[in-house]
Formats: sequence, structure tokens, C-alpha cells
Amino acid sequence: MTKEQIKDTILEIIAQIIPDEDLSNLKGDIPLREQVELDSMDFLDIIMELRKRYGIEVPEDDYVQLATLDSSVAYLEPRMRDL
Amino acid sequence: MDYDVLIIGAGMSGLAAGIRLAYYGKRVCIVEKHYRVGGLNSFYNLGGHKFDVGLHAMTNYVPKGVKLAPLPKLLRQLKLKAEDFALCPQRMSVIKFPDKTLRFNNDFDFFVQEVVDNFPRQADNFQKLLKSIFEYDELNLYAKPISAREVVSSIISDPLLSDMIFCPLMFYGNAQENDMEFGQFVIMFKSIFCEGFARPQAGVRQVLDVLVKKYKACGGELKMRCAVTSLKCANGRVESVLLENGEVLTVDRILSSAGYVETTKLLTDCNSSKFESHVGNLSFVEFILVLNREPAEMGYNTTITFYNNSDRFDYRGPDGLVDISSGVICCPNNFQFESPLPEGMIRITNLANFELWNRLGKEEYKSQKAAWLGTTLKEVVKFVPDFRDSIVFTDIFTPITIHRFTGRINGAVYGTPNKIKTGRTHLDNLFICGTDQGFLGIVGAMLSGISMANLHVLQKG
Repeated sequence: MTKEQIKDTILEIIAQIIPDEDLSNLKGDIPLREQVELDSMDFLDIIMELRKRYGIEVPEDDYVQLATLDSSVAYLEPRMRDL
Repeated sequence: MDYDVLIIGAGMSGLAAGIRLAYYGKRVCIVEKHYRVGGLNSFYNLGGHKFDVGLHAMTNYVPKGVKLAPLPKLLRQLKLKAEDFALCPQRMSVIKFPDKTLRFNNDFDFFVQEVVDNFPRQADNFQKLLKSIFEYDELNLYAKPISAREVVSSIISDPLLSDMIFCPLMFYGNAQENDMEFGQFVIMFKSIFCEGFARPQAGVRQVLDVLVKKYKACGGELKMRCAVTSLKCANGRVESVLLENGEVLTVDRILSSAGYVETTKLLTDCNSSKFESHVGNLSFVEFILVLNREPAEMGYNTTITFYNNSDRFDYRGPDGLVDISSGVICCPNNFQFESPLPEGMIRITNLANFELWNRLGKEEYKSQKAAWLGTTLKEVVKFVPDFRDSIVFTDIFTPITIHRFTGRINGAVYGTPNKIKTGRTHLDNLFICGTDQGFLGIVGAMLSGISMANLHVLQKG
């Protein structure tokens, strides 16, 4: 996947978890949880979806890496590059 | 390894935990010793009538579209839609004490106004109490327990108002005598007063049906009439699980909703007497009356009546078989249903003493049930229209009934007074969920299963 595709995948996963939120104006460098109603339980579901769909394991200590859209793409790029 | 996770008990928390784990690809098995799902919130048929156990009203009701409340959180976590539970909101509930009545519905501002109108001198104090409630982080699993009685009485100077606020919160989920942990108080206050009551059109069956279907659709396995005989321990872990049918299972992790002390009694390495301080002792009797007409036809439109007729509200294990000085009168018909329920019904719940009921011989048990029915009805018709001529069928359950069907020590429906909030036990792979973990009510129980599954399984990879 390219970085753009990874970003779209993350957005699509978030849209599935919180279908009522408007994701069209999300800023890449601001924590997701400051922009949309995404609690820690929802956040866990992003990680679970990545595991379920692509077999990507994100250890608990790395959860902070997924705070913003940009940091998520950077963290996931090496793990999703070959998908 | 037979399963990644074994869940003991197919109640609200076990099923919710099971859905989470199965949905995310874990090999999960729920074992339930009863032939029916639901645990403390189940159902039965008797004499051609359908009854719910536990559920008077589902607390935590918020209308569709409200975010950031436990109900929508739980729906999201279980990948369910708001419509799945077909929740119908309450009409109006009341707290009736000797000289005062406070009404509340699912509009919190209405309740605040009721308090201000009935206790004008406490108006400012009540606002202060609300402030301390809303500022408290009740979901912090590591918070130090503090006494809700102390917090509330330091703010509200009229003990009558204080008792009236505590009454519904205690009856609907408090395992501790006369006091509550403040975090529990905040959870219950929000779930009952700020959010509100609702009932699924078809009662608790509706919720359970949805959960079982979802769990199975996610690939979860459910074994009914399958009790756990023992959990064999070695090296600080549960190594294997012996089932009553002789089968031995090896599992990576175990979530038990059977109760904390009840679970320790299954362990092979463990002297469960050291957990005695965790045993709850608050239990109830319930009188269920089927009527030949709708209570509304008698002019009774109240959903739940919480009553107390003594000077102070005394929430503790009674000295006699039953304490009729306070109680809860639930009318399942009085929700805003799309179509009326098939028959009229009134349910009356009072505190009861397990020990005393347990001592009775078979015949005396029966005659005491009948005698207390008469005594209780005579008391409650002071608070609701006299419906005694309309009764066509009666069923009664006691602390003994609860113990028999749920395995809860002392028939303690709200479990241990010392909640195991983190869900951890002294064994590395055994965790507690449900009533003894600490989130109460139907929504709370499901959230307990969800959060323990998240914390102890999904987050661990």
C-alpha cells in the first residue's frame, strides 16, 4: 500500500467505528481524539481492525504512535508497504 | 490449547465479552451451567405467563443520537444498532417517603426542578452535589474507595433529601449495607437520574436474543448445561478446566462472571475461606402479580415507585424474613410501548434475609411465602391503587430461589461489596467480569464484560 492508501484505510476503519462523525475535515497533525468523539474503547477498535484485516500487531506500548492521522501513517507504512 | 478464552457464565457480561473476543478472531467458548442464558437477568415461563428475572427497567437509557454515554458506547463496541434492543422509555417514576414525593423521568432537568420545588432550601446544595458528581471520574479503575454517605451528607444538609436520592440508587445496584462507594454512587446516579429507564418491548429476552445471535454469528461457541467443576492451578495460572461432564479443557485465559468468591471456590489450590470478607449478603424477595387488566385502567401510570415508610431509609439485610418498610414497585406495562404488553403486571421487590429463609423447612417456606405476600400487598397499596382484586396469577421468588438458579452465595444479586474493579485475581490468567467487577445494571454488566475482554485479552495481543 502507498501512504495515501494507508491513510484512506485508516479513515475507512474510523468511519466504520464511528459512523455518525464527519471525517472530511480531519487534520493530519492534530490528535484524532481532539477532533472527533473517539474514546479509548473506539481507539482500541482501530488497532483490532488492523489486526483482523491485515494481521498487523500493534503492541500496547505503541498505541501512542497512532494518536494522529500522520503519525499513524508513518508508523504503519513499513508494516503495510507490502500488502 | 482448546480455546484462547473460556468465559464462565452466559449472562449479560459473559455474552458481551464473548462477542468482543469472537468478533476479533479469538477462539472463545462460553460455558453456562443453567439451560438458559441470562444469569442474574434471565426469564422463565410459568402457568402460561412470561416473566423476567432481574430486569425491572434498563437503566442508562439515552435516545438515539446521544453520544458519550454508556449505552451508545456499548452498542458501538458490540457492533449493534440502537434499534436492536427496541428500547421503550419509561413514563414517570417516583420516590415516595413519608412526607415527600420526588418524581423523575428521562429528562434530567425535570428531576432537578422536582428537587428544587420540594427542597427549596437545599437547591444550592443540590447544585453543589451535581458539580461533585460530574467532576468525578467514576471510570477510573484505580480510584481509592470513598464513602458516598459521607460525601453526600457533607453537601446536602437535609437527611430526608439525601435518603431519597440514595433509595433508588441502592435498590438498583448496591451491594453494601447503608452506604455506597462514591464511584458506584456516581455511576448509579447518572444511569438512573441523568440518563433514565427503558424496557425492551419483549423484555429481557430481546436483549439476550440479540446477544446470543451476535455471539454465534461471530463464531463463538456456547455450551449450555455445562458447569465448571474445578479450575486446576499450577505456577500461578489456571492450567486446565474440569467440566461437570468430565471433559477437560486447556485454555489460555479465563473470564469468570460467576462471582468472585464463587470463582475462587472452583480453584484447586485455594482456600476460599480467606475470601469470606468479599461475600455479599444483600438479597431480595420479589412478588410478581399478573393482573386481569392494565394498571393504567386503575389510574396507575407510574413506571417504578421506590417507597420508604420509616424515619430513615434503612438499606441492609433485615432482621426478619422480609423488610417491607421500603421497597420497589415496578409496573412493566408503564413504559411507552409501541403496542401494549399481553397482560397487566406488578412486581414488588423487598430486602430479604437469606439465612432466615434458608432455615425454613419445605412446608414452612411455602406458608411464609404466602403470608409475606399478604403482608406486603397490604403495605404497598398505600403507595399504589389497590389492585388486589385484579390478581389472576402470583409467583414469588426468594433469596433461596436466586441462589438455586444463579449460584450466588447468599442469593446476593449485587455480589460482593468490595468490587474487583481491575478484574485481576491472584492468578495470571484468571479474570473477573460482571457483577463482582463493578459496573452494575444491564448496560453496566455488558460494559463490564466488554472492558475486561478489552483490558485483559484484546490489548494483550
